[in-house]
Amino acid sequence: MSRNRLESGGRIDRSKSLSFSFNGKIYYGFEGDTLASALLANGLNVIARSFKYHRPRGIIGSGVEDPASLIELLDEEESGNNLCTTVKLKEGLKAKSINCWPSVDFDIGASAQYLEKLIPAGFYYKTFMWPTWHLFEPFIRIAAGLASAPKAPPKTGHFESRNAHTDFLIIGAGPAGLLATLMAARSGAKVFLVDQNTEAGGSLLSLNLNINQKPAMAWVENVVKEINDMPNVTHLQNSTAWAYREHNLVIVNEREVENVSIIERSWRIRAKKTIIATGAIERSLVFPNNDRPGVMLASAVQTFVNRYSVKPGNNLVLFTNNDSVYSYIKDLTRAEINILAIVDSRKNIADSVLIDAKNIRVISNSIIKNVNGYKKVNSVVVQSLGNKEVETISCDLLAHSGGWNPMVHLHSQSRGTVKFDDRIASFVPDHSIQNSINIGACNGTFPLNEIFDETKSLLSGASENSKPLIYEGKLECSKQNYSIEALWSTDLSKEKNKAFLDIQNDVTHDDIKLALREGYSNVEHVKRYTTGGMGFDQGKTGNINIIGVIAKEQGLGLADVGTTTFRSPFTPVSFGSINGVREGSVALPFRHTPVTKWNLEKGAFMYEAGARWRRPGYFPMDGEGFQEAVNRECHVVRTGVGVYDGSPLGKFELKGENVGEFLDLIYTNIMSSLEPGKGRYGLMLTDDGLIFDDGVAFRIDKHRWFISTSSGHSDAVHQHMLKILAFDRPEWDVKITNITSQWNNATICGPLARKLLKKLGTDIDCENDSFPFMAFREGKVANIPARVIRVSFTGELSFEVNVSPRNMLELWEKIIEEGEEFGILPVGSEASHVLRVEKGFLSLGHEVDGTVDPYDLGMGWLMSKKKMDYIGKRSVNLRRSSGKVRRELVGLLPTDPNEAIPEGAPITPNGNKVATEGFTTACVWSVTSNRWVGLALLENGHARYGEEACIRVKDRIISAKITRPVHHDPEGKLLRS
Amino acid sequence: MLLINCPFCKNRNETEFVYGGPVGAKRPDPSLVSDEEWVDFLTMVPNPMGPVYERWWHAKGCNKWFIICRDTVTHEILESSSDEP
Repeated sequence: MSRNRLESGGRIDRSKSLSFSFNGKIYYGFEGDTLASALLANGLNVIARSFKYHRPRGIIGSGVEDPASLIELLDEEESGNNLCTTVKLKEGLKAKSINCWPSVDFDIGASAQYLEKLIPAGFYYKTFMWPTWHLFEPFIRIAAGLASAPKAPPKTGHFESRNAHTDFLIIGAGPAGLLATLMAARSGAKVFLVDQNTEAGGSLLSLNLNINQKPAMAWVENVVKEINDMPNVTHLQNSTAWAYREHNLVIVNEREVENVSIIERSWRIRAKKTIIATGAIERSLVFPNNDRPGVMLASAVQTFVNRYSVKPGNNLVLFTNNDSVYSYIKDLTRAEINILAIVDSRKNIADSVLIDAKNIRVISNSIIKNVNGYKKVNSVVVQSLGNKEVETISCDLLAHSGGWNPMVHLHSQSRGTVKFDDRIASFVPDHSIQNSINIGACNGTFPLNEIFDETKSLLSGASENSKPLIYEGKLECSKQNYSIEALWSTDLSKEKNKAFLDIQNDVTHDDIKLALREGYSNVEHVKRYTTGGMGFDQGKTGNINIIGVIAKEQGLGLADVGTTTFRSPFTPVSFGSINGVREGSVALPFRHTPVTKWNLEKGAFMYEAGARWRRPGYFPMDGEGFQEAVNRECHVVRTGVGVYDGSPLGKFELKGENVGEFLDLIYTNIMSSLEPGKGRYGLMLTDDGLIFDDGVAFRIDKHRWFISTSSGHSDAVHQHMLKILAFDRPEWDVKITNITSQWNNATICGPLARKLLKKLGTDIDCENDSFPFMAFREGKVANIPARVIRVSFTGELSFEVNVSPRNMLELWEKIIEEGEEFGILPVGSEASHVLRVEKGFLSLGHEVDGTVDPYDLGMGWLMSKKKMDYIGKRSVNLRRSSGKVRRELVGLLPTDPNEAIPEGAPITPNGNKVATEGFTTACVWSVTSNRWVGLALLENGHARYGEEACIRVKDRIISAKITRPVHHDPEGKLLRS
Repeated sequence: MLLINCPFCKNRNETEFVYGGPVGAKRPDPSLVSDEEWVDFLTMVPNPMGPVYERWWHAKGCNKWFIICRDTVTHEILESSSDEP
């Protein structure tokens, strides 16, 4: 038996011994233990080091409220910050302390305590002001954070998520939640009961209470048995409701799933009604050195004794401002803990409470003035609030209780309001915004008999189907007392030792006062400046004390100070659980064209190009590098024929009487005048006068058109068009169908393109006279039904052969086969990019960056003068009327033809270190010019052709000649050939 | 996550929808308004604490644009319609 383990009792199974390792040493515990109870049973005091000062820290709480005992799990269970009070003990578990080096017992970082004057509250923000953040950044980066993240994903198992709909969701399986579940379930409604503990019972697991003259846990077991047999109830233990979102969506993280291959399961539960029964958590008292190992919450001592049969110490002093600790005396005495004294800050304690402390020394109207001991309490200093006399009491355990905070977190996340309740000196739920009710301790109702009465009465009006919720059985339990006199902090003036409000973030009483002195008077500002209440435990034990201290310092009531916003998650949740099965290749799946497999077989270098399309960048041959492959592909398009898979291009078919007018509205030029079979290039603007997209529009017949958009922008264009039709022109007859996936295309491009098309066999007359540039024909190519379009993004003669996806691969393979005699090559995105830069064609995200208008790009001719209105017209003209200098599209020829300019490199006047006057949008090796050529956006660029631009690259200046933004075939003869 | 009442598909999860902003002024005829009025149209967007009309697109559903009236404090959806308010 471990040294602090009791002989009998508790909810542990003494027949099942478990071995585990902590900081490399082997220990033993029992089935039913948490890591915390097992460590305490083995007599370990120092579990972790604190975040900022590296003070030794022990176990303070017994559940999710513990702010101090963070550990890192290793091997199979590898994960970062875990509270050892919530880690279920398992055979072979491996854990280690955090925030310490070389060990938790001897930690170099503890020297931070002596530098405290240099790192005051708000230190992080102060570094932004003076002298410079960069000076402190490396140091802060090393010191920041707690445990390290796992190095690899779990080797076995997976995460899962599920959606559920229910009539009632009951959160918390304590007395209130269990009774509510029973009432709701017996009415026949669909019920979910979720609870974060390993077993149901809530506070009844720790308290020795009776219901109907029997131990309360017997009642719990009966209820659990009954509801688990009901088909309309889903009962989840080890499951934390961590987020309460809009419209009664509650997200629950289930950690022990019946299917062992599931590591964690995330439930998204939409409930008609949510019943919040999350209970209350004890808060700390604030006194010097209240973080020393051996200083614990009184409720935690009680829980370790009753639930886990562990004695955290032998000689105990209790410190309280409320009645709850008196009810623990019987249990602690039975466990042979020697209660030396109860220090009560109140002058008057009710006789009915003192009955429980018959043989115990109660020191009323007194406080703890200090705690002695560094890695373990060895004595406490008690001071009378009356005559200020002090007394030192030797002890190895100090348990304190500052009162109880209803867990209003989920209520508050649901946007419900809270109010301050003087009766319990804490915040309780006020109004609910969503369809939810709070019952039990989280509603500020603490005595068990009152919890039952409240649950019965609140549930009776809560029916979500026709059947009423009633409870007819008897529930007899003894009456309990609870009264409190708030004590937000002891008198700490002239105090040298630290008194912690937020133990996890090392936020002291002095830090709050400093923040107030420096002008951060609002509770939200104090939180951000000091970090009090942030982080892992979200201030579960300390937040109300922070609000109390602010109120005390400002002479306000707590209701006036108010609370900070409660945020999700209530307790930490793994990223895996949030992600569910969406990991690896299905996290953000690629979109493919029918040619992907062919591309991969040909050794293409694939990557994402716009909106998750996985496309070939280039097709390297044996031993070839990037540049050689791209050059080879470009060369073949300029001199022979290449083929490019243009399937990802956004494509829409528009039908209806008003399509012409509609296209005139959304494009800057006139489309309605097009003859069937003809098309135009067009620019789409938004109404604020910026370029939104570019593409082509073709007329199929009188009322049928199709348009193409950028690959990465087709969803946005779809949304844009439908929105205009829905709200601005609802009377227009225009039907839009997204045909992006219905039509794939192989673009045959190069001077030999026509020869190849003929060889493939087509019933379309493809001579230039009958099928000119920007025309469209329907027919057959290689015996496949096709729509052939003469557009060009390379500047060469091109035929875009559109076919159904089921025919795409067949067409592609025929093109490659028939093109062999012309030396055909597949062309990747990289070569396509080079060819369009040579021609000065636009690319969204390069030249079009959300600041330029068509005039800047030298495309003013696309801005129709005839049309009274089109989207963007007014704003472009309005912006240009200001006469401000514009950045305009130009070409760049580096003075040294072998010198590349990095894309994005800034251009400054004479290369000086001054504000930029433009930047390089693209720079490629041109096979036709045999040199590097670029494009840039440059202030007044159109007036500066022939001048020199200076591009700053780190400490060097690259000079380049400014030219027209066309490096190849400026008249466009080739593409019209 | 909101539960949005699409006038055609009824209650569906927010993830199926694309937000289209609050309903502002109707787009004026650009040739009939002053510069100030045009800039107001582009930039003045209702942003109340309380009920506001806003546009949503059921992108992963019926593809319709529609309007709901949502309380920005409580997220309660008071109205849903395919027409302008």
